[in-house]
Amino acid sequence: MILAERKPLAEIIELIGDARKVLVLGCGTCVTVCFAGGSKEVGILASQLRMAASKAGKELEVVEETIERQCEDEFFEGVKEKISDADVVLSLACGVGVQTIAELFPEVVPLPGVNTTSFGRPVEPGVFVEYCAGCGDCLLALTAGICPIARCSKSLLNGPCGGSENGRCEVDPENIPCAWHMIYERLEKLGRLDWLDKISEAKDWSSSASGGVRIDIREDLREIKLES
Amino acid sequence: MKSNSNLEKLLASGKFAVTSELGPPKGTDVAAIEKKAGYLKGKVDAVNITDNQTAIVRMSSIATSKILIDLGLEPVMQMVSRDRNRLAMQSDLFGAYALGIRNVLCLTGDHQKFGNHPQAKGVFDLDSIQMLKMVKAMRDEGKVLCGDEISGGFEMFIGAAANPFGDPFVARVPRLAKKAEAGADFIQTQCIFDMDRFSKWLAGAVDRGLDKKVHILAGVTPLKSAGMANYMNKNVAGINVPEEIIERLKGVAKEKQADEGIKICVEQIQQIKEMKGISGIHLMAIEWEHRVPEILELAGLLPRPVV
Repeated sequence: MILAERKPLAEIIELIGDARKVLVLGCGTCVTVCFAGGSKEVGILASQLRMAASKAGKELEVVEETIERQCEDEFFEGVKEKISDADVVLSLACGVGVQTIAELFPEVVPLPGVNTTSFGRPVEPGVFVEYCAGCGDCLLALTAGICPIARCSKSLLNGPCGGSENGRCEVDPENIPCAWHMIYERLEKLGRLDWLDKISEAKDWSSSASGGVRIDIREDLREIKLES
Repeated sequence: MKSNSNLEKLLASGKFAVTSELGPPKGTDVAAIEKKAGYLKGKVDAVNITDNQTAIVRMSSIATSKILIDLGLEPVMQMVSRDRNRLAMQSDLFGAYALGIRNVLCLTGDHQKFGNHPQAKGVFDLDSIQMLKMVKAMRDEGKVLCGDEISGGFEMFIGAAANPFGDPFVARVPRLAKKAEAGADFIQTQCIFDMDRFSKWLAGAVDRGLDKKVHILAGVTPLKSAGMANYMNKNVAGINVPEEIIERLKGVAKEKQADEGIKICVEQIQQIKEMKGISGIHLMAIEWEHRVPEILELAGLLPRPVV
């Protein structure tokens, strides 16, 4: 899923500024699962905003809504009016959701209520870890299913650097395991350490963010649209 | 000869090599470079010039290397992939060659988190092994990474680092093998304090015949005090200072700990000299360049041979 974390309340209050009516719009997909921007978080943030406004002696109407997915146009059907009625829309979706609002509602300036961080998964209650960097050229078959691009702090492709100690990464030993240590352990168990003898060549980053904006064009799906 | 550098000629002749290290200033203070170089001139075969070591901004290793050449010393220019993509690396290597630099050490580099700009975007376009391969192809095939031909010569003696003390241990000899295959002519190791682990790693390398493929220079660092030993042991990943060394330093009066550190270093060098598979030492006297001649004198490594 896409991982995100809520922005600090003070930053959100500053973003809202002098607006009188704010719509806090949650998203029912990734950010719900990582507890950053689902309906529960919408409710909590709305209460915090109301309390902060009343404490500051400000008049602020806070409207709460959550839609299934903010990354697809059709899910906005039921909230169009609420979006147009609000002075500002505070989206708790990932960056894709915020931008979809901008695209669908030219008169609205959407505000981001979360910081989108990465693609990952929950590994234990309350701990969400990046697993994929979206490099556009998956090499997991070579590394026993552990991604060194996303999970090695230096994105090394030919084994661990000198900063790997007791299975931990020197960048943050408490929280970051050394991806290459894990790869070695896994391949050792699988009896496939020889896979690592081959030099991994310079990576072609043109399929990643370095290649310009990434656009997938699926001609097969386009044809279906034309036919229908 | 691949480069005709003094270091290459010396290693090729089978002589025991001595390299040292000089950290460029955190600014433009050329006098500081001249002062440090003065201590090392004529005492070592080549001097590593670090490249923004520990991710702290310093004068570029290329410029500092050129200053060293002008002072009559031979540099080993370090280059890290943390700060440069493949375009910048290759163009800087052309420039380095044009300025007379003939030794390069290919490194990934410390993570930017440890430096004075932890907000920086790390590049890491290539890792050290991919970088070695690129530099070797520039020299041996006269081509840049994309395959385009290089105009003019590019004779470079290529080095890499090895850390026998990083984990997992099982990865350490294969990683050395990869560096040798990728193009390293010589290897300088991380500072050795744990002789047992180093011997185990070296034996693994010799078993695979890697000491015949690359010249291995053992890294040594004199400890200035028990405090420094403790600090390095606790705070630098991949460096393990055994308890007995820390205890030995603690066992002498504070003002005598530096001398004791030098004594320990000299003993280590003598031990290393006897090891099979070792071609020399890389003496990293961190901000202690003025004590290098004394250490080498005591270790019986002066005067340096002329080749």
